[in-house]
Amino acid sequence: MKRLILWVPLAVVMVILAVLASALFFSPTDSNDRVVRSAMVGHPVPDFDLAPAVAGRPGLSSAALRQGQPHLVNVFASWCVPCRAEAAQLAELSRRGVPIDAIAVRDRPEDLAAFLATYGDPFRAIGADVDRRVQLDIGSAGVPETFVVDGHGVIRHQHIGAITEGDIPTIMAAWQAAR
Amino acid sequence: MIAEGGLALLWLAAALSLLQLALGWGALRPGGEHLRAAVRPVAVTQGLVVGLAFLALIWLFLRTDLSVKLVAANSHSLKPWLYKFAGAWGNHEGSMLLWVTVLAVAGGGVALFERRLRQDTLIATLAAQAAIGLGFYAFLLFASNPFTRLNPAPVEGNGLNPLLQDPGLAFHPPTLYFGYVGISIAFSFAVGALITRDVGPAFARAMRPWVLVAWIFLTLGITAGSYWAYYELGWGGWWFWDPVENASLMPWLAATALLHSVTVLATRAGLRAWTIMLAVVAFSMSMIGTFLVRSGILTSVHAFAVDPLRGAFILGLLTLYIGGALILFGLRVRTVKEGSTFEIVSREAALVINNLLLSVVLGLVFIGTLYPLVTQAFGREISVGPPYFNAVAGPVALILVAVMAIGPMLRWRRDNLKDLVGRISIPVLLSAASLLLVVLLAPGIRWLPLLGLALAPGIAAASIAPLWKRNLRRTPFFIWGMVVAHLGIAVSLAGMASESAFIKETLVAASPGQTVRVGDFNVHFDSIEPVVGPNWTAIEARLTGRRGNGSPFALRPQSRLFSSPPTPTSESAIQTLWDGQLYVAVGAQDEQGRTQLRLWWKPFVTLIWGGGAMIALGGFLALIGRVRREGRGKRKDEEEVTA
Repeated sequence: MKRLILWVPLAVVMVILAVLASALFFSPTDSNDRVVRSAMVGHPVPDFDLAPAVAGRPGLSSAALRQGQPHLVNVFASWCVPCRAEAAQLAELSRRGVPIDAIAVRDRPEDLAAFLATYGDPFRAIGADVDRRVQLDIGSAGVPETFVVDGHGVIRHQHIGAITEGDIPTIMAAWQAAR
Repeated sequence: MIAEGGLALLWLAAALSLLQLALGWGALRPGGEHLRAAVRPVAVTQGLVVGLAFLALIWLFLRTDLSVKLVAANSHSLKPWLYKFAGAWGNHEGSMLLWVTVLAVAGGGVALFERRLRQDTLIATLAAQAAIGLGFYAFLLFASNPFTRLNPAPVEGNGLNPLLQDPGLAFHPPTLYFGYVGISIAFSFAVGALITRDVGPAFARAMRPWVLVAWIFLTLGITAGSYWAYYELGWGGWWFWDPVENASLMPWLAATALLHSVTVLATRAGLRAWTIMLAVVAFSMSMIGTFLVRSGILTSVHAFAVDPLRGAFILGLLTLYIGGALILFGLRVRTVKEGSTFEIVSREAALVINNLLLSVVLGLVFIGTLYPLVTQAFGREISVGPPYFNAVAGPVALILVAVMAIGPMLRWRRDNLKDLVGRISIPVLLSAASLLLVVLLAPGIRWLPLLGLALAPGIAAASIAPLWKRNLRRTPFFIWGMVVAHLGIAVSLAGMASESAFIKETLVAASPGQTVRVGDFNVHFDSIEPVVGPNWTAIEARLTGRRGNGSPFALRPQSRLFSSPPTPTSESAIQTLWDGQLYVAVGAQDEQGRTQLRLWWKPFVTLIWGGGAMIALGGFLALIGRVRREGRGKRKDEEEVTA
């Protein structure tokens, strides 16, 4: 009896190790779920036609994105604080000759005008996405996000979050590659 | 060149560990005595060589050498230098290299400094340490090479997980690893002693300082990790029962039990088999913890890579080492002599109860941690959290600390129950008074914090009792160590109970200009601003808090978004006052321009980590005391021999 007791620890450990082994080989492999990547990267933008977000400026439509030249599409909002932080980087990209269009999510024209007056306005066209439908359709989970769309309207690159100075080379490279 | 040099050093270290194992084996065989002198130098050299390999990896990270795959995947040229440095172990391969480095350095330390242990036991110990090292070198070289090159080299790296970009966290993993892996020494000692059948008081005295060192690092690592989670994760909690926290708690529980049973073995020659068992269990818990974290089978902030092959490799090593040690245990432990006996009312008995209770807590935590894996095997996804752990481990832990308070007041071998009642009367009265006071002044507290608040003062008084009527200047350091560590437990317990019982929480969506109340504090929401850091952008809430009519203080919580990889983190603002902390976290904004603010007033929460630091300090004092006494004892032995 006493002899058997000495082997109990070994038996217990072997059962535990068997459990660990089963967990290792039968567990569903879960992916990194912290960042919601768009499933639309590599696909053409869905059809949409957004009304102008500010008076006197063009709105944004999917047709405009298929006219042969690569664009950045910045998804932003005047109520979004990180969007203010990335304004300087968008201005820099615009200065380097990158055309930038925008989708303003759930915004009011007067707020948007104030935002553009304060933080600069590098955008060619700004579409008003009042009910977030277009934002969700192109696979953006939040603001700000920036997409590189090539001349045929295909999404080539997605940048999640505000653009910092360190991100500029990556985005420039993605834009160059889309030409 | 640096990467190739590092890899060459790693191979060299692996070869040295093979040599160390072979020499140890040969030296213990009949006729192998002439090999004995070589084992120590080889162990020291192995420690040095793998240390250099680790320095090479740090150097690659500091230079951001993007032609090395590991650096490219985990670093970024824009990162502050501290995080480049810490990035060396903030990933799977680097942390495994740190793991074997600590293993080999600890082995080298034993080879250099251990003079009390019988020579053949020491050689068996070093051979066992080399055997563990060999398996993990193989894992690094064949399954997780940190020095792999990338061709062509990318223009920019991926960046370190932003949650890990925090100065406190830069040094959290090395501290924890010294404890985690340092406990391997206890395992190797146990295996060595089983091989040479040398389980006795001298062996226990030799092993004790090594266990103490590892235990001090574990205590510090767990305390610091808890504080990091508290201020970095922005949930305001200090212990989440996250699988990885449990993975560090379980070796600590086993090492704490070992520390006490080894004292019984050293002083009274009892608990022989049990001490050996605990030494094996403590390091097994470390290895299982490593496996849980590194295989990614449990989701956690600490999981770097999900790779079943690597997991299988570590699992194989686990089976080999734990299984091997337990087979040796089953075969050899019967040949270990019976220890001395003792009465029911005695310090040994209190230590045995302490050991059993620690083992029960360990078992409960272990079951809770692994249970999700068991149900997963049957196709159900569940997670086990605080409702389970607090309910089952809490009460046992409270009994445990009560026994801890009584134990040091008992005499070795046998004691008188009547005398004991007299000795514990003051602590018991203190606890009863505290219970009454809390019930009267603050009715309606849940029973677990209530018992904690009641027990803490009594335990504090009982912890100091061993100093009673002693000449304080002549009191040995290890008595001081015990007193300080036990007092630390009481302090920590008071902090946990007070925080759980009296916490005040406010969650609001506020606009600038509004004032929010939490506890006695008025917090004015001044404004919200965008802020840009070197590799992140954030929204920062600017708040001014004041207590009653006291002087105002600024609070600046941030909600950060790191650019590479894009990850949101919460940087809480914490104002520390003498009687607690005001904790503010900022959340998402809505379209009306309101910002989510979460405020907590946590009375005496700082005692939790203060107590943790005291526990580690107590361990340190005990270590000094033991080393000094052993040194003196050794000199006496030598004098006797020369006389």
